[in-house]
Amino acid sequence: MDAMARLLITRREAVLAGAAALSASALPAPAAALGQMDTAIRNVFGEATIRAGKVTLDLPPLVENGNTVPMTVSVESPMTKDNYVKAIHVFNDKNPQPNVISLKLSPRAGKAVIATRIRLAGTQKLTAIAEMSDGTLWSGTEEVVVTLAACLEDLP
Amino acid sequence: MTARALINVPRKAKRGDVIEIKTLISHVMESGFRTGTNGKTIPRDIITSFACTYNGEEIFATQFYPAVAANPFVTFYTIATDNGTLAFTWIGDNGFEVTQEAKIVVE
Repeated sequence: MDAMARLLITRREAVLAGAAALSASALPAPAAALGQMDTAIRNVFGEATIRAGKVTLDLPPLVENGNTVPMTVSVESPMTKDNYVKAIHVFNDKNPQPNVISLKLSPRAGKAVIATRIRLAGTQKLTAIAEMSDGTLWSGTEEVVVTLAACLEDLP
Repeated sequence: MTARALINVPRKAKRGDVIEIKTLISHVMESGFRTGTNGKTIPRDIITSFACTYNGEEIFATQFYPAVAANPFVTFYTIATDNGTLAFTWIGDNGFEVTQEAKIVVE
């Protein structure tokens, strides 16, 4: 049983390490290889370091109708005067425009959670980036599978 | 232009409580990326910004892009500090502007 557990753990660790290696190699890619989302993120934040973590994007993994997709973004932060979330930006990879929503927060918010409904033109990746009061940037990413795409359909 | 805005703010709260605010406004949010029956692109008509002030102080502000669904629905949080008024303003293309207020009693 011990051997089995060890096997499972090593497998999980291997998968995690693989994922980490992937995202690490994806970040410093040359400009030519960047998707629209990464380009948009670089346009907003420049070359600043964006670390993964603290940000949770809550989206249904499978969406039937891309016209209204419920999305919740939450950021781990005490939201005190000295340590709070200043701004959150959400980006997409496949819509005609890479921005989804941008918002400003203050310590008055109490907690850094916001929910809204968005449109998704196809199966894609979404990234939310939180800018903290100390200037650090944190990101969270989520994959969504969309059956019926929004935005691009023509009128009947 | 008339637009129906629904706002859900608790009528009463304890001082220091984190309260949930839900807002919904009726708007087509035409993305500007769709083609009409005449083959021409339908011009963009979206709400571009939404902000909330609490007794005059801005506590929340967002910028919307065409990726926000029709009838924008936003839930956010704030700390109940004082009795007063929360004012919500939506501004958009083609001179769209709606302001609505809600009162809160803080004990």
